[in-house]
Amino acid sequence: MTLIFGVPIQALTGQLMIGLINGAFYALLSLGVAIIFGMLRIANFAHGAQYMLGAFVAWFLLSIPTLFPNSGLPSIGYWGALVVAPIIVFGVGILMEVLFIRRVYRLDHAYGLLLTIGLTMILEGIFRVQFGSSGQPYQIPELLRGGQNLGFMVLPYYRVWVILVSLVVCFATWFMIERTKFGSYLRAATENPELVQAFGVNVPLMLMLTYGFGVGLAGFAGVMAAPIYQVSPAMGQNLIIIIFAVVVIGGMGSILGSIISGFLLGIIEGLTKVFRPEASTTIIFVIMAVVLLVRPRGLLGKVAK
Amino acid sequence: MTATTLTTDPTSTLATRIGWEKIALLVLLLLALIGPAFVYPLFLVRILTFVLFASAYNLIFGYAGLLGFGHAAFFGLASYTVAQSAKTLPITPEISLILGVMVSAAIGSVFGWLAIKRQGLYFAMITLSLAQIVFFFFAQVGWAHGEDGIQSVPRGYFLGLLSLSDNTVMYYFVLCVSVLGVWFLWRVVESPYGEILKAVRDNEPRAISLGYNANRIKLTAFTISAGVAGLAGGLNALSFQLASLSDVHYLLSAEVILMVLIGGAATTLGPVLGAIVLVTMQNYLASLGAWVLIVQGVIFVLCVLGMRNGIVGTIENWTLRQLTRSEG
Repeated sequence: MTLIFGVPIQALTGQLMIGLINGAFYALLSLGVAIIFGMLRIANFAHGAQYMLGAFVAWFLLSIPTLFPNSGLPSIGYWGALVVAPIIVFGVGILMEVLFIRRVYRLDHAYGLLLTIGLTMILEGIFRVQFGSSGQPYQIPELLRGGQNLGFMVLPYYRVWVILVSLVVCFATWFMIERTKFGSYLRAATENPELVQAFGVNVPLMLMLTYGFGVGLAGFAGVMAAPIYQVSPAMGQNLIIIIFAVVVIGGMGSILGSIISGFLLGIIEGLTKVFRPEASTTIIFVIMAVVLLVRPRGLLGKVAK
Repeated sequence: MTATTLTTDPTSTLATRIGWEKIALLVLLLLALIGPAFVYPLFLVRILTFVLFASAYNLIFGYAGLLGFGHAAFFGLASYTVAQSAKTLPITPEISLILGVMVSAAIGSVFGWLAIKRQGLYFAMITLSLAQIVFFFFAQVGWAHGEDGIQSVPRGYFLGLLSLSDNTVMYYFVLCVSVLGVWFLWRVVESPYGEILKAVRDNEPRAISLGYNANRIKLTAFTISAGVAGLAGGLNALSFQLASLSDVHYLLSAEVILMVLIGGAATTLGPVLGAIVLVTMQNYLASLGAWVLIVQGVIFVLCVLGMRNGIVGTIENWTLRQLTRSEG
C-alpha cells in the first residue's frame, strides 16, 4: 500500500474526491445565497430548505406512477427532473418573494433573516409531517452509473458529472451577472434602485426574478444531490449553516468569492477528514473565525461601506 | 416602527410602560407562587428556565440591538457543564450552576469579542457558526454521550442541606433563581450602563464621539447575556436531569429569538410573556410531532410581517392610540 504523509493514498484521494463533491455543492448553494444577499440584502436562511425541496421534487417526479397509480402519468427521471425541478422550485421562490420576502426589503436586514428562518421551519415541518426523518432513495441515472478504475482509486462517473456541471453553472452565473447587460442592470439596481427605476427598468420585477433564480439554483443543487445523499427533510438543515460560513469567508455578496471558497472549503474539509477526522465538522467554522480576524471583509469581499 | 409614527412624547411611552408592565410582572409572580397547586411543577420549571433564557437574550437583541443567532451555545455549554460536574464531582448544585455560568460567560466573551468585529447580518452569521462549533464539540466528545446526552443527573442538596429531588422543591428553587436573574437583568438595563448600551444601539457613532468605547460596552452586554443564558441552561439540566444535543441545537437559538419577538423586544415583560406563550404552545402541540415546527414557523412569519413590536409593544401602541384619541 502506498503511503502519503503516513496515510494510504486510497484514503487520501477518496476523501479528496468527497471533498470536491461537497465543495461543488457548497459552491452552487453559496452562489445562490451570495446573489440573493448581494442584490436583495436578504440573508436567505431558507436556502437549505429550498435545496431539500429540489431533491424532493425530483423524487416526486420519479415516483408519479407509484404515488398516483390511476392517473396514467409517466414517471419523470433524472434528466427530466434536472430541468423541471429547478423550474418548479423557481416558481416556489417567486411565490415566496411575492407573498413574504418583498415585505421586508425596506426593514432592517435582521427581519429578512428572521422571516426566512420562519419560512424554513414551515417548509421543513411540512416535509417532516409527511416523511418523518427517514430518507427516500434516489437512483443514479443509468448513463452515469459505474466508474473508472484509475489504479489508485475508483472514479465514479456521477461524481465527476456533479463537479463538472457545478463548475459550468457557477461560471455561467458569474458571467451573466458580471459580464452581460442584464447583469449590469442588476448590479446597478443594487447600487441605486431609484435611479435605475427612473431609467425605465422594472426594479421590483428584477428583484423578484433574482430571488427566484437564486432559489432555483438551490433546487438544481437539490436534484444533483438526490442520487448522492438521501432525500430527507433534514438534508438542508445543517448545510445552510455551513453555506452561510462559506459566504462569509468568500466575502458576503461576492459571487466569485463564494464559488472559490465553496470548492476550497470542500477540499479542506475532505483533507481534514483524513488527518483529523474529529475536526472535520468544525474546520469550516474555525476557518471562518480566523478569516474574520485576519481579513474581516472575506477573501474577495469589497470593503464594507 | 408604529411607535415612531405616533406624535407622542416618548416619555409618556415610558410612563405607561413602567406602570402596567410592573403590575403585570407582579401578577405573574403571584401566579408563579401558587402555580404548583394547579399545574405540573416541571412544566412550570420549563417555562421559568425559558423566561430566564429569553430575558438574557433580550439584553443583546433588544437593548444592544445585536442579532445573535447562537445563544443556544451558552444555554447548552452550561447545561453540559452542570450535568457533568453534578454527576462526577462531589459538589453541591449551586456550585455546579456557578461553574456553568462561568463557562458560558467565558466562552461568551470570546465569541462576543469575535462577532462584535462585524455588524448586522454578519453578526448573526458569525454567532451562528461559532455556536455550531459548540454543537459539534458536544456531538463528538466522549463524555457528552452523543445523541443520548448526559442522563440521570443528580439534583443534589442545595447548600448541602436541602434536597432538590422533590419536583415542587426544585420548582421553588428555580423560581427564586429565575426571579433573581430577571431582576438582575432589569437592574442592568436601568443602570447608567444600561442607558449607555441603549445609546450605542440607537446611535453608535454618536456614542463613540461622546467618548464611549462602543465595542467594550457591547461585549459586556454579550458576556452578561451569555452568563445568564448559561444559568437558564444549568437550571434546565438540573431540573430535567438531562443535558442533550437539543440544548445546543440552532433551533433552540431560533426559538429564543422567537420568544423575544412574540413578547416584545427591549421590554422586561416581553420575553417573559414570549417564553410562556411558546413553551405552553410546544407543550400542547407536542403530541402532534412535526406540526410544532410548522406552527412555530407560521408564528415567526406573522411576528416579522405583522407584529414586530411583540405583544407588549402592540398593547402599548394600542393604549397610546386610545389615549391620544381621548385627549383629542
